[in-house]
Amino acid sequence: MLTPLFSSKLLIVLLFGTLFGLILGVLPGLGPTTGGALILPFTMTLDPLSAIVLLTSIYCAGTYGGAITAVLINTPGTPAAAATCLDGYPLAQKGEAGRALGMATVSSTVGGIFSVIILVFFAPLLAKLAYEFGQPEYFALAIFGLTMLSSIGEGSPIKNLIAGAFGILISTIGKDFMTSIDRFTYGINELSVGIGFIPVVVGLFAISEMLTQSTLLDQVFKRVALKAVKLPTKDDYKKTWKTILRSSGIGSFIGVLPAEGGTVASLIGYSEAKRFSKNPEEFGKGSIEGIAGAEAANNAATGGAMVPTLALGIPGSATTAVILTGLIIHGVRPGPDLFREQPDFLYGIFGAMLIANVLFFIFGFFGAKIFARITLVPNKILWPMIFAVSVCGTYSLSQSIIDVWIMLFFGVLGFFMRRFGFSVVPVIIGLILGELVEGTLRQSLVIFDGNWLMFLTRPIALTFFILSLIALAFPLLRSKKQKK
Amino acid sequence: MNNVRKQKRANKSLPFFFKDEFKVSFIIVFISIILLISTFSFDIVPPILNRGIQPATFPKALLILIISLTLIIYYLSIKNPWKIGKKLPKTFFLTLLSFLIFVIISKTLDFFLAISVLSIFVSYNWGERRIFYLLLVSIFFPILVFIFFETILGLRFPPGIITNLYYY
Repeated sequence: MLTPLFSSKLLIVLLFGTLFGLILGVLPGLGPTTGGALILPFTMTLDPLSAIVLLTSIYCAGTYGGAITAVLINTPGTPAAAATCLDGYPLAQKGEAGRALGMATVSSTVGGIFSVIILVFFAPLLAKLAYEFGQPEYFALAIFGLTMLSSIGEGSPIKNLIAGAFGILISTIGKDFMTSIDRFTYGINELSVGIGFIPVVVGLFAISEMLTQSTLLDQVFKRVALKAVKLPTKDDYKKTWKTILRSSGIGSFIGVLPAEGGTVASLIGYSEAKRFSKNPEEFGKGSIEGIAGAEAANNAATGGAMVPTLALGIPGSATTAVILTGLIIHGVRPGPDLFREQPDFLYGIFGAMLIANVLFFIFGFFGAKIFARITLVPNKILWPMIFAVSVCGTYSLSQSIIDVWIMLFFGVLGFFMRRFGFSVVPVIIGLILGELVEGTLRQSLVIFDGNWLMFLTRPIALTFFILSLIALAFPLLRSKKQKK
Repeated sequence: MNNVRKQKRANKSLPFFFKDEFKVSFIIVFISIILLISTFSFDIVPPILNRGIQPATFPKALLILIISLTLIIYYLSIKNPWKIGKKLPKTFFLTLLSFLIFVIISKTLDFFLAISVLSIFVSYNWGERRIFYLLLVSIFFPILVFIFFETILGLRFPPGIITNLYYY
């Protein structure tokens, strides 16, 4: 598994990705998704394996990096670290920041490694199952992936569906791939090739975040001092090993579900840790089990989310949507064929994730104090710099100024979407899956001679349609239950 | 929790056309209808070449779905109004203005000049007053980015009054 990585170039990429991921994770508002989007254009200068190794190492390290700010300044560096704040910061206020970060580091590493093992075993199995899939099954699967969008975050499921449909609509801009007829181009030549992934991804994540930061300038962070990260004591391990294992399992499972991700995983991992704890009253006041439960789960979701991404081409989270974009722009189409034709490539990714988990443990353990200082970089200096990199990166892809304007348009749109409760993640997932949804639907209709009911005669497709209905009904039932 | 209730109550007291839920739903439906109308002008494939459905059918279905879902969220918002977001600060509008300035300068004068102007404009309006840091974000960093993209990535930037000094 590690053999493809034994090249100095890949190891440097891995090292850089882990460090960069940690820095991104530490900075509130950035995180692995925005950071991955920012670095996407640069990956074009790398070969496909190096590019994906870079993105996956950013993903793993960035997910962990969020815990550092969660513990020290009570602000999650990434949304997935939100649950870590609940106990991490109170423990830091008691003068035990080192212990809190030590537990976060250990449980993140265990969760991450656990999920890579799950990935190594389950992704090939899922890919084998996917050999049975024809066009109708892929269509039904893509629909299932899209309906799972409705449960993203805490926003309205219907708003998420609108955002997902909008993402698919963007994918229809340009020449129709079956008939070469222009759609939504309005005579603009640049639009006939469609709207690229990168301007949309950078706009929705980085530029909209810049606008969000412009509204938060009066925010003041109270930072807890950190002397050194301490490894958990024997007593801590005794208290938490079951929680870490349980949360690793929960995180991996949640991660596998299309469109779910670290945020949902960490919240469930945290609440399950509380439910099984002998001292649930300590939760929210600095419980070491709470930190372990949340951190093991959110890092375990990284490997889990890569399972559907690699085996089926359906992203398991926002960051894996960015990784999937990276695979596509490098001409790699994930799916069962990838497992048959390029096993070295896949094992390179698995190995990179494994090493990234070990690397962030080392960097986190010895360098958390330094990374914590990065939060001192003021936004008024950081964001203009991020803007310069975003603009040049987006321009670099096809050397088109139109792409930069598209990026700005989606940046402004993304800001207002978030303001009114629409998640931007479904737009990206819709954009990525759009071609698959339309392509498989139209090809299936050709096979079925235009008979829509034939979809229901295929058992696997029918199963996915039923699962889609359940996925649609679940958030509605959940919100009704919450109201009661 | 109380704040959310207060915000919701405040939103309830507004006439319907001033409410966020109406404005947002109206904009989505309005744009979707315009796009839906434009799909009727897509070329139609002759039956002998048409495999499955016409190229306009799929976008039409999506737009109808978006309109229907938007009407549902608007209907639901009558019973359960959205909370009103905080009033946007001046810095937000200045940042938005800086994007517009960027587009104008990059189109008419120079791409890198546009980045420099935006950087100094944003940094200053976000509260930075120290000359060194203003120079860092507006001159040193864009030069570094230019050198990186130009020499390491081999990218050629669009011509402009400053970029031409380097190229010619």
